[in-house]
Amino acid sequence: MLLIDCPHCGPRAEIEFHCGGQAHVVRPGVEVEDADWERYLFVRANPKGAHLERWVHLHGCGRWFNVVRHTVSDEIERVYPMGEAPPGGTAA
Amino acid sequence: MNQPYRLAGGGAIDRTRPLQFTFDDRVYDAFAGDTLASALLAHGVHLMGRSFKYHRPRGPIAAGAEEPNALVQIEHGGGRTDPNTRATAVEVFQGLYAHSQNRWPSLKSDVGVINDFVSPLIPAAFYYKTFMWPRSFWDKLYEPAIRRAAGLGEAPHQPDPDRYQHRHAHCDVLVVGAGPAGLAAALAAGRAGRRVLLIDENPTLGGTLAHTSTEALADWRDRLTEELVGLPDVTILTRTTVTGYYDHNYLLALERVSDHLPPASSVRQRLWRIRAGRVVLATGAIERPLVFVGNDRPGVMLASAARTYLERFAVLVGRRPLFFTNNDSAYAVASAMKAAGAEVVAVVDVRSDPKGPLVQAARDAGIIVRTNAVVVGTEGRHRIHQAALGTLDDQGVLTGHLGTPVGCDVLLMSGGWNPNVSLHSQGRGKLRYDDGLAAFVPDGGQQQSASAGACNGVMNTARAVAEGAAAGGGAVDAPAFEEPEEESLRPVQVVPSDRSGARAKAFVDFQNDVTAKDLGIAVREGMISIEHVKRFTTTGMATDQGKTSSVNAIAIVAEQLGTPIPAVGTTTYRPPYVPLTFGAAAGHSRGRLFDVVRRTPMHGWAAEHGAVFEDVGNWKRAWYFPRSGEDMHAAVQRECKAVREGCGLMDASTLGKIDVRGKDARAFLNRVYTNAWSKLEPGRCRYGLMLRDDGFVFDDGVTACLADDHFHMTTTTGGAPRVLAWLEDLSQTEWPDLEVYFTSVTEQWATMALSGPDARDLLQPLVEEDISAAALPHLAWMEATIAGVAGRIFRISFTGERAFEINVPAGYGRHVWQALVDAGEAHGLCLYGTETMHVLRAEKGYIIVGQETDGTVTPYDLGMDWIVSTKKGDFAGKRGLLRPDLQAEGRKQLVGLATLDPDVVLDEGAQITAEAEPRIPARMLGHVTSSYMSPNCGRSIALALLAGGRERIGSHLFVPQLDGPAVEVEVVAPVFFDPKGERLNG
Repeated sequence: MLLIDCPHCGPRAEIEFHCGGQAHVVRPGVEVEDADWERYLFVRANPKGAHLERWVHLHGCGRWFNVVRHTVSDEIERVYPMGEAPPGGTAA
Repeated sequence: MNQPYRLAGGGAIDRTRPLQFTFDDRVYDAFAGDTLASALLAHGVHLMGRSFKYHRPRGPIAAGAEEPNALVQIEHGGGRTDPNTRATAVEVFQGLYAHSQNRWPSLKSDVGVINDFVSPLIPAAFYYKTFMWPRSFWDKLYEPAIRRAAGLGEAPHQPDPDRYQHRHAHCDVLVVGAGPAGLAAALAAGRAGRRVLLIDENPTLGGTLAHTSTEALADWRDRLTEELVGLPDVTILTRTTVTGYYDHNYLLALERVSDHLPPASSVRQRLWRIRAGRVVLATGAIERPLVFVGNDRPGVMLASAARTYLERFAVLVGRRPLFFTNNDSAYAVASAMKAAGAEVVAVVDVRSDPKGPLVQAARDAGIIVRTNAVVVGTEGRHRIHQAALGTLDDQGVLTGHLGTPVGCDVLLMSGGWNPNVSLHSQGRGKLRYDDGLAAFVPDGGQQQSASAGACNGVMNTARAVAEGAAAGGGAVDAPAFEEPEEESLRPVQVVPSDRSGARAKAFVDFQNDVTAKDLGIAVREGMISIEHVKRFTTTGMATDQGKTSSVNAIAIVAEQLGTPIPAVGTTTYRPPYVPLTFGAAAGHSRGRLFDVVRRTPMHGWAAEHGAVFEDVGNWKRAWYFPRSGEDMHAAVQRECKAVREGCGLMDASTLGKIDVRGKDARAFLNRVYTNAWSKLEPGRCRYGLMLRDDGFVFDDGVTACLADDHFHMTTTTGGAPRVLAWLEDLSQTEWPDLEVYFTSVTEQWATMALSGPDARDLLQPLVEEDISAAALPHLAWMEATIAGVAGRIFRISFTGERAFEINVPAGYGRHVWQALVDAGEAHGLCLYGTETMHVLRAEKGYIIVGQETDGTVTPYDLGMDWIVSTKKGDFAGKRGLLRPDLQAEGRKQLVGLATLDPDVVLDEGAQITAEAEPRIPARMLGHVTSSYMSPNCGRSIALALLAGGRERIGSHLFVPQLDGPAVEVEVVAPVFFDPKGERLNG
């Protein structure tokens, strides 16, 4: 079980959190083409290595934040607030 | 003393506390401190079980948790039964009752041994190939027959009466294993002021030194233990096994709190959930068996186990031990057993010229050493009585017999030592093959952890202490003892033998009955990955996880493949390290504490008035209120009619309620509902539909405007948590610019739905305010005082009748409910439950999200185009609805189905076909989503999702039933009662 460092509450067990999938997926406006909308709805990164993802401290402060997790080692490399640019500008 | 193999003195048993226990219906004596295995061995009993597949007689080979053979069932009646328990780890208490497993009629004459004679017919993976056909034999014959023939213990049939606990622990340093390295690590960390948790599986600390006869080592052990016990931040758990090592230094440990005592009312086992800053693994090493023909006969044991039985239990496992080794460590055991009075037959050593200090000491004691020698076979039915020896050349080829077979009563083997890397590997640590040890050692871990001592390949006590202390972050003096150096071992994967044929079996995995030959079959069948070999042969699987077998298996596979051992690699060690009881895994979470039960403020009233409840998520909801003699059908039919003819009252408190507030609350509602909220005035309510971004229906409910910046949202009962989570997600991450706050108020309000033509007449006298149609029309709400309680009344109807939804603070719920019930007496008020609610709304064609929808249904599919705004800007689902497939022709649409025979009620979930007996595979046109007998329509009604449904209205289709022929139906509009909706108003 992961130990996640909530930016508001400190390190807590994974069981208190819920993962919201890939971070920095931009929700396009209504005008976009079908292909772009499809990409927004369904297409997600599946990297071997650093993965930027959204987590919410559901059974704690209730706040959403971003996490960089290594998908092989499960090591959490960084935690940063919603709205902050992805580290190294590596948004998918 | 009738324990012929017990020594008069020594050992860590308490001779002043004799005990009796029962094994296979015979009563034996033991002493406090014995294990089941040690006490049986004290009586000369080696036969303790039958093997898994071939039913071969088996005795213990080990003295600890790694034991693969001596699995017994502990049986104390009344649900207290533990299968597959290692006799070597069961501490004897007065009255312990155990029996052997996997044998019938008895351990000594087991008919299942036929499997051993037919073993050529049932090699590795035979079941993958044999029991394929005929298909009808699968569940009738193959499954039950195989399960009976190949098996271990018997699962309990009754609930477990014992108590179990879970406990969370956080520490700076967790030390697993209290041998030399572990004690040093714990002390070093403890002295530095760290919070330390030291865990050992045995009753006493010390590991290999726990019962040592060497004074210097015992002194050192006692000194460290004493200091550790005195340190305030050091917690010591004995009889506790770390069973799993998971991510981020999260570990599980099983504490056997009272397993060593007669069954009692105290806690039996405690599961520790540990989060450690740093983990020091000091789990020691496990001796490796030698793979030779006949190595599974009772009496063939690991040499180190014999030493443990001698030192800890004062038991000689045999009087005439023969040793078979490829390294020095067995010589120490031979010397110790000789000193204790055993007549050592010989030490058979595969090496050509062993001359280390331990070897020399054995020779000096007069022990015969046979070099370049091997055991080529053993004899003895239920116990070894002789072994045949052979000679080996430098290439490992058998060159001939060595004399005639020698008599012996035990054969003590040593193939070297395997560092116990199970936890390291579970924690995703890497492994490296060490040629010197001929075993795998840790090679870096990814977690904050270190391995120290024998589990790290360091077999010397002083160096293990130094390594442990360093891992604990300090230094600890080593014991004042010069340990003899050992010479290197000579690896031998499979000991050659002149015996051949099916009965010449050399076992690799004792627990799973896997022989060296089976591994050869696997390789010949093309399994070149060790993970495939594992599944094909089952070596290293199940509760054993290859504790004694895995390294041998890998080495043999490497030899077969002609590749170096490191290239073969290891399989993954999996938790739990030792079997975990279901009781420990469940802890307190059983029975009433298994899950949360949510009850409404009026639950008690409903229970007292005979309600039958149904589970809706965690909620208990009143399902129907049967009167005496009524079954469910009769009660629901009566309730349905009563509501439409007079009035009915239902507890709707479980509806999700979310308080939405903030200056941008209205703008936010516009973005999460499909319809427009800009003009909803305070005092008004509106029904809303929520979609996900993909355009599919997600939830629905009525939201009331309390003030321009304040709304009261309701959701479905089951959807409340996910709707709140979704709103929070959107608010925090998608539209953080909107100022809006959400608070769940589901449990703050008691909600009562009062429905029917007489509803107002009943309610008005209880309410101070005017609730006439003019003052409080349909879809309006007002603050009101109901039976003296300040609350809110909403004109919301889920029945299609004139209806009032009364909300009062939860604490007043039962009071107001009672007032309504009392006032209702004069009006013939009917109490109804969720089933009647379902029928009434279906009569009106109102959907239930999750029943008429399944996550693939759009508002258009439901015929609810009217609720999707075409004028307002972006909202969740707006772009999604424009996807071509969601606009396509022929989508499934909500319709009604009327059976030609009005008395037939369709099966919910049934498929719809064009013909009564369609050609298989039939084309499914849709399915029935809701189906009831409607007393108000005087016939059965059903809702369905049907391909191109609205186009098909008026046509006839068929609905195949679970039993009986397909039912012919007419497709109709999905509103069966009051299609113009006139009864709502007024």
